[in-house]
Amino acid sequence: MPGQSTDSSLISLLAEYGKERENLIPLLQEVQERFQFLSPEAVRAVADHLDLSENDVYGVATFYAQFRFVPPGLHHIKVCEGTACHVRGSDHILEAVERSIGIKPGQTSEDGSYSLERVACFGSCALAPVVVVDDKVHGRMTGNKTQKLIEEEE
Amino acid sequence: MSFQTIQQQAKTEWELFDRPDRFRILVGSATCGRAAGSQEVIEKFREELANRHLLAETDIYEVGCLGLCYAEVLVEIQGKDGRRILYQSVEPRRVADLIDAQLVQGGIYEPLAMACTQSETDTSIPAFSDLEIMQSQVRIVLRNCGIIDPTNVEHYIARGGYSGLARALQMSADQVIEEIQQSGLRGRGGAGFPTGMKWSFARRTESDRKYVICNADEGDPGAFMDRSVLEGDPHAVLEGLLVAGYAIGADTGYVYCRAEYPLAIERLQQAIVQMHEKGLLGANILGSNFSFSIKIKKGAGAFVCGEETSLMQSIEGKRGMPRSKPPFPAVSGLFEKPTNINNVETLAAVSAIMEKGAAWYAGYGTEKSRGTKTFALAGKITRTGLIEVPMGISLRTIIEDIGGGVLDGKTFKAVQTGGPSGGCIPAQYIDLPVDYEHLAEVGSIMGSGGMIVIDEASCMVDMARYFLTFTENESCGKCVPCRMGTQHLLNILTDITQGKGKPEHLDTLRKIGATMKNGSLCGLGQTAANPVLTTLTHYEDEYLEHIDNLKCPAGACRSLIHFSIDAAQCTGCGACSRACPVDAISGTRKEPHAIDQQTCICCGSCRDACKFEAVLVS
Repeated sequence: MPGQSTDSSLISLLAEYGKERENLIPLLQEVQERFQFLSPEAVRAVADHLDLSENDVYGVATFYAQFRFVPPGLHHIKVCEGTACHVRGSDHILEAVERSIGIKPGQTSEDGSYSLERVACFGSCALAPVVVVDDKVHGRMTGNKTQKLIEEEE
Repeated sequence: MSFQTIQQQAKTEWELFDRPDRFRILVGSATCGRAAGSQEVIEKFREELANRHLLAETDIYEVGCLGLCYAEVLVEIQGKDGRRILYQSVEPRRVADLIDAQLVQGGIYEPLAMACTQSETDTSIPAFSDLEIMQSQVRIVLRNCGIIDPTNVEHYIARGGYSGLARALQMSADQVIEEIQQSGLRGRGGAGFPTGMKWSFARRTESDRKYVICNADEGDPGAFMDRSVLEGDPHAVLEGLLVAGYAIGADTGYVYCRAEYPLAIERLQQAIVQMHEKGLLGANILGSNFSFSIKIKKGAGAFVCGEETSLMQSIEGKRGMPRSKPPFPAVSGLFEKPTNINNVETLAAVSAIMEKGAAWYAGYGTEKSRGTKTFALAGKITRTGLIEVPMGISLRTIIEDIGGGVLDGKTFKAVQTGGPSGGCIPAQYIDLPVDYEHLAEVGSIMGSGGMIVIDEASCMVDMARYFLTFTENESCGKCVPCRMGTQHLLNILTDITQGKGKPEHLDTLRKIGATMKNGSLCGLGQTAANPVLTTLTHYEDEYLEHIDNLKCPAGACRSLIHFSIDAAQCTGCGACSRACPVDAISGTRKEPHAIDQQTCICCGSCRDACKFEAVLVS
């Protein structure tokens, strides 16, 4: 990914927001949506725009689970760990994913193909257990079905 | 524009929704419908209708959730004869048969037909309201979900929407608060504080600026009521927010919604644009002196932000940490101004109460718990879904009649309510009436409405450990009892599930739990020990089995179980060895197989794959 400090789209994105502190989280969300993660350059630019210290921005960004500081993989896999998914065996699914792509939640595979995330609940409990691959929700999964799904993506 | 004119326009639009000269197809497309494949089904309908040259005379709408999640994808088809049939579990490969059976031949596609949904009952098929899952339900909050097009404000208005707001604006703010008080409505976010009283506090505080907030940060794992309402009927919630704003004297409202609910956020954004177009937002709403604007804030993935003071910190752009109360938000809340905060379901009830009156609403439920409550019914239950029932209904009615009993005929062990703040209610209390008071009596809480059914295969120590994993992770770390307490509880529970428990652990769990309850700063910490304390009360034997005999009676704790194959039952089909992710199973075809205990990771894939019940757990 090119350095974000020179990215003109980041500058124009910042310009859409006023300088009130209230805009910090929405701004970080939009930066992440556009650039997939929060790079040190982007954090610095956001801090400058809102007249906050970088420390302050990192303090907020690290508090919330949504924000990433490394680029996600080409395919982003989220395994739901909600209660309904748990009682229907989501830990087996998480293990199956960990085994088949060799990474733990929060990591991105070395070749950049996959990243893995545990999510507290998608609210699709009736279809438990749930796996989300690249924002597509897959319901009623098992470890084996998830493994096949990942093989199909390859 | 007067409200009568708005209503008249809506009525015209609503008539277009039900045209005798056209075919109409409604597809349940809330998040759960989409997860089950509704988009592919719609695509297929378009394709097959075009093949038959029927597409030009058909309207296809995406609607919200009817609550029958187990039967997704749900499709309602209306022919030109006016007959409306609801079909369940529709897959793209069935679409052509559906079209041919009902739209071409004028009959019903029986294999998937579930009910008829028009008012005049069709004798050949049960009416929707006669379905077992619907019989005990009263849909007030969910009144429009799955019935209207949620992206069309006219539909909402045609079904009585915004007439509650119009009525409120004719009344004084105090009269509106009085009406809500009379209805007996209590906060549906979990704590059950009387809504009218809460409003009166914020009303009484003098200030140049006040705020109302809709808490849509539905973070309880296992709960999806608020998501369904926002996706299926966003205006019901926004109308409630306007009424709250008028009652306390606020001019700005916020909706704080989880970022994990992108469709809900999209529906809210669309709804707000439409409200502006209709003059239901902005200056001098419906010609009154009341002016109001609404902002949407996306949460960023922090469970603690469901707590009101944390939520307000988050809106202000800060770390979402709670603060001690008083001052209560009604005195000093968002941006240090008086603030009233209500949950999604509460506000959706408010709009219904203002439309139909306090007495009507108070006619449902029990003396202290009036009205209805939605529940997300999930876990080991036959019919998972989103339900709405009058308060005071028994757990048995919910689980057996509405939910159709425990999945696969297994034994009912417990029901978990209130998520990580609640507790497990054991099978012996199945006739307990569901209201705030009775749930508290058995150590659980109403919570926001997650209801997870647990069967004999779930271990209660493991359930407690699961919830503590969640709260330990979500504890914001500001106060010591919660930060340290959740860690210690989790460590001890993990030890017990791994066979490293000690007899004195049970006392330690109780002591830490009591300290957290008394000493934590906010609701997260005060209730985080509940899953441990309730399971200790009702299932102490199960804890002792783990500690004294190193056994998990449910066969769930992996350190304490091992899998083997019953040679007498095994047919040698090889399904287990194909399912095994670590190649721990070997054997010749048509001969009994065996599991290598050194390699086995106790994942249970072989047990799930075996059709002959030959995999044993001990």
